[in-house]
Amino acid sequence: MGDVLAYIDPSGDTERLLAFARLLANGLGGDVVAFVAGGDLGADTLAGADVILEMSHPALSPYLPEAHQAALVAAIEARKPDIVLLENTTAGYDLGAAVAAQADLPFVGYCVDLSVQGGEAEATSTIYGGQVLATARAPLPAVFAVNSTAMHEISGPTGRGERVELAAPAKLSSLRTTFVEALVPSDEGVDLTTAERIVCVGRGIGGAENIEIAQELADALDAELAGSRPVIDSGWLPKARQVGKSGARVKPKLYLALGVSGAPEHVEGMQGAELIVAVNKDPSAAIFNVADYGVVADLFDVADELTSVLS
Amino acid sequence: MNIAVALRLMPNPGDELELDGADIDRGYVEMVMNEFDEQALEEAVLIKEATGATVTAVGLRSEGIEQALRVAYARGADRVVIVDAGELDPYDSRTASLAFAQALGELKPDLVLTGVQTPTDLFGQGAPYLAAALDWPQANVVAGVEVIDGTAHVTQEYAGGRRAVLGLELPAVVGVQSASSPPRYVSMARLRQAMTEASTETLVVDVAASPRALKIESLARPEQTAGAKMLEGDPEQLATQLAALLREQGALVS
Repeated sequence: MGDVLAYIDPSGDTERLLAFARLLANGLGGDVVAFVAGGDLGADTLAGADVILEMSHPALSPYLPEAHQAALVAAIEARKPDIVLLENTTAGYDLGAAVAAQADLPFVGYCVDLSVQGGEAEATSTIYGGQVLATARAPLPAVFAVNSTAMHEISGPTGRGERVELAAPAKLSSLRTTFVEALVPSDEGVDLTTAERIVCVGRGIGGAENIEIAQELADALDAELAGSRPVIDSGWLPKARQVGKSGARVKPKLYLALGVSGAPEHVEGMQGAELIVAVNKDPSAAIFNVADYGVVADLFDVADELTSVLS
Repeated sequence: MNIAVALRLMPNPGDELELDGADIDRGYVEMVMNEFDEQALEEAVLIKEATGATVTAVGLRSEGIEQALRVAYARGADRVVIVDAGELDPYDSRTASLAFAQALGELKPDLVLTGVQTPTDLFGQGAPYLAAALDWPQANVVAGVEVIDGTAHVTQEYAGGRRAVLGLELPAVVGVQSASSPPRYVSMARLRQAMTEASTETLVVDVAASPRALKIESLARPEQTAGAKMLEGDPEQLATQLAALLREQGALVS
């Protein structure tokens, strides 16, 4: 009782997740249980866990949603944790809701804050693309997917590290999902992760016909041009130029955001930039929370003027 | 092959939201097709063009859904269906999935596409709920679907731009992050034509609100925490200040 079961995504930030799980487990008086399904992680990474619950089966690696759902549901049934914790990576989007539905538990996604009190959890999540914070109370047990911004502690105390093997459920031998192939990222000649300066355009750029305006500014700054997800999904810039959760994680010296709203998925990919300057006509845009300097104005006016000042 | 697209609505992304207790003030927002469902619809139409599949756009009865379904028709859906579940609007994502699941049980598509999420609630991942309710395989966060020999080949995206192709036995549910190619522009003339041509079917389902759906207790604007230092002035002054600032901070090429 009172355990926090953390699903370990090998591509995630496991140490932080376990440190965050520890804060919750302290509040509940339970253990931190790290659930490792088919992964191969070093002992250091899992040092924060009291129990390392391992499951191995050929279907668990590489990742298949159906296999990991069945595995995580089996782990929940075996350990009966109060809190099931996932990172808000693809695993969070893919597994969190599925597992909650199958185990008949409440689910809260995109948590930026999570605490426990009196057998309940209070979760705050970003919704409406980061425009609004919503708070809800969840009876436990429940499943939560947390944003990286919620996981403040870089590392936590060392746990007992007891290893427990959990039998794979029979379902793993009759899956309706198969792994076909891994795709190598296409480079298209640009690597945003090494760029020193980035000009990133968001939905506010309005259309492919306006990309030129941002490109001119990028040229004047000797910067790479990048886009947020809506810009890439609309085909205004190629996929290789996407910054954010499903694109590149960048750490340039300068990040100039033009008409970017600052959705959490975007912020995840650029908050490591040294100097962040945001131009947006909406004074309440979430991008101003991560920016060092902000300008509330029409991005086209500012971009044009800045290009001519710099040239 | 029959493809169903489960469509939901979201406030027009350009609209500024007013908060009203535990909900947004719905009187002042225009509800439009969820941006990810738009990607799912485009992917369905691309599969239709490649294979001759039929596409059925399915929406839950609510303010604005007829308009969204007509847009879906204009974009290439062959059939539009409104699911009437009684007085459940505005739907949370879990309850919405129960209503969709019942309707899809009757429509019996081979493949269901829907958006990766809706931004309108705390647990907006529709595809996993829907798949659980139907007991079908699913994959969420997908960019591109191809149907090969009765299997849906889906490209799932992971952190840092990694991707893998998975094969899902049909019937299956896929949560689409982005279509294989961006949604195409639909002319006003085509939209007007769709308004008169599209005949909407209604399917009545009997579902109750999901007891596992959590209610939002309060809404707030994100605090302007650390906060940006805001610059003021007309565009020319702003540009001059910015250029000086970038120079001072060593952000320009020296």
